[in-house]
Amino acid sequence: MLRNIRMIFRREMGGYFATPIAYVFLVIFLFLSGIFTFYVGNFFEREQADLYAFFSHHPWLYLFLIPALTMRLWAEERKTGSIELLFTLPLRPVEAVLGKFLAAWCFTALALALTFPLWLMVASLGQPDHGVILASYIGSLFLAGGFLAIGSCLSALTRNQVIAFVLAATVGLGFILSGHAMVLDFFSGWAPTLVVDTIASFSFLTHFEAITKGVIDLADVIYFGSLMAFWLFANVVVLDSRGGD
Amino acid sequence: MIEIRHLTKRFRWIKAVDDISFEVNRGEVLGFLGPNGAGKSTTMKMITGFLSPTAGFITIAGRPLRQDPLAAKRRIGYLPEGAPAWPDMTPESFLGFIAGIRGFSGAERRRRIEATIERVHLGPVRHQPIETLSKGFKRRVGLAQAILHDPEILIMDEPTDGLDPNQKQEVRALIRDMAADKAIILSTHILEEVRPVCTRVAVIARGRLLADESPAAFEARSRLHNAVTLTLARPDPGPVRQALGLLGGVAGVDTLAEDASGCTLRILPQPGQVIAAAVGRLAQEQGWPVAGLFVDRGHLEEAFRVLTTRSDTRGEA
Ligand SMILES: Nc1ncnc2c1ncn2[C@@H]1O[C@H](COP(=O)(O)OP(=O)(O)O)[C@@H](O)[C@H]1O
Ligand SMILES: [Mg+2]
Repeated sequence: MLRNIRMIFRREMGGYFATPIAYVFLVIFLFLSGIFTFYVGNFFEREQADLYAFFSHHPWLYLFLIPALTMRLWAEERKTGSIELLFTLPLRPVEAVLGKFLAAWCFTALALALTFPLWLMVASLGQPDHGVILASYIGSLFLAGGFLAIGSCLSALTRNQVIAFVLAATVGLGFILSGHAMVLDFFSGWAPTLVVDTIASFSFLTHFEAITKGVIDLADVIYFGSLMAFWLFANVVVLDSRGGD
Repeated sequence: MIEIRHLTKRFRWIKAVDDISFEVNRGEVLGFLGPNGAGKSTTMKMITGFLSPTAGFITIAGRPLRQDPLAAKRRIGYLPEGAPAWPDMTPESFLGFIAGIRGFSGAERRRRIEATIERVHLGPVRHQPIETLSKGFKRRVGLAQAILHDPEILIMDEPTDGLDPNQKQEVRALIRDMAADKAIILSTHILEEVRPVCTRVAVIARGRLLADESPAAFEARSRLHNAVTLTLARPDPGPVRQALGLLGGVAGVDTLAEDASGCTLRILPQPGQVIAAAVGRLAQEQGWPVAGLFVDRGHLEEAFRVLTTRSDTRGEA
């Protein structure tokens, strides 16, 4: 089990770096992080030694960058026929799903880790709360995991990467918007609080923002953990039931 | 080693495989023949556990495939149609991955990879990304992956498709080499492959099994089986044709060639008749100037056409 996950993980990681995917993704991720932090987020105008401007845009950054990463995960295997090779090897679908997911997650973690100069910068400009920043990084990693699990599952539905991208971005948007003030205002006018809270509780935003305040609440960890488990389980079910086609 | 019973696969409205049964034992090489779209690949995908059958069952080494697919997959080496691989990998890293999944590690893993690279002659390209390889090398990478664990069961979907004649020869030699202690199924639409490689032939068309027999029996289905081609060093085949036509067991005589210096005739036997000796005797008695006498073993292409077109007309009736 673990051994097979490791084999798949290594193959996937190798795949990222054997192609331009890794470099393009890393450069664009860092570039957009910069744009969001300094232009959209008005990092300097806020005159605060924190990384709020940086982290608050992560849901939107991931919304289209993560589907770009996950769209190929299974759709490409279907397209090239390598899925046939994969599933005629003595390997369980769950091992392949976890190996691929973990590789994508580690890769995203690497992209996130490469933003460390920002941390150094705020540290040199003032006295930031390092706990909050660390928690935000962890929260961002969970957020990325959620997007990745969704994207991986939806990629298994099709052999067309464009469709996989659009599906993942749409579902991802749903998970963001269900916590957005705009949507919640729309419901809070007439719906019972319980309904509004339930909608909000499904949202990436609600849980992510809670963590970026510096408190890693067990409830938020469970939320992201079960979200990932659910979508990865669905991913295995899709592969099991659709098989070759 | 492989036993399939009443295997059926339906894709929406198409019955790609329709109630097929056969067995393949150790030491046998089953040639799976059929026109495009006959259902060869679909059958192989079910045997290798990639697709699940709509009906029927598959037994691998005495155990139902469905009961323990992983155990079956460990025993099987499979070359899918078109030899898919991950294009960004090199043959060496690809085989390393396969060896890892197949459960080899350390020195044994390295030994297997080296031996396989050697065996299918991948040495010169071992560090080159698979996407940059020629079709012949890609196919060898696929073969390498299938035989790396020295499987008891080897399933190959069109292993020589798209290779040049030398490469085809090499792959056939490789298959013959491994045949003794394995159960092998290979699909092909190149009929000439059957004679040198296969110990049995299964013909499939429109999802149905039309024949499962020895290559010799298959050849005998040809109209030309045991036909005698007679070349005479004299023109004017008329009287000769007449004399041959009266011979017992002869179904007909065709003139294949005719010029001032000689003629070539083909004498077709009635089904099941052997006429070569009688033709020879007649030629001697009559004092014909025989320049050549040749007995046809039958043409595979012909046998194949006879078999598959017959079923077509029946299917449409
Ligand atoms: N995934 C699929 N979905 C729908 N139809 C399929 C699928 N795979 C194969 N078929 C159909 O099943 C039939 C048999 O195909 P196949 O087994 O590939 O034939 P062969 O390998 O003998 O050329 C064809 O008519 C093909 O179009
Ligand atoms: Mg085929």
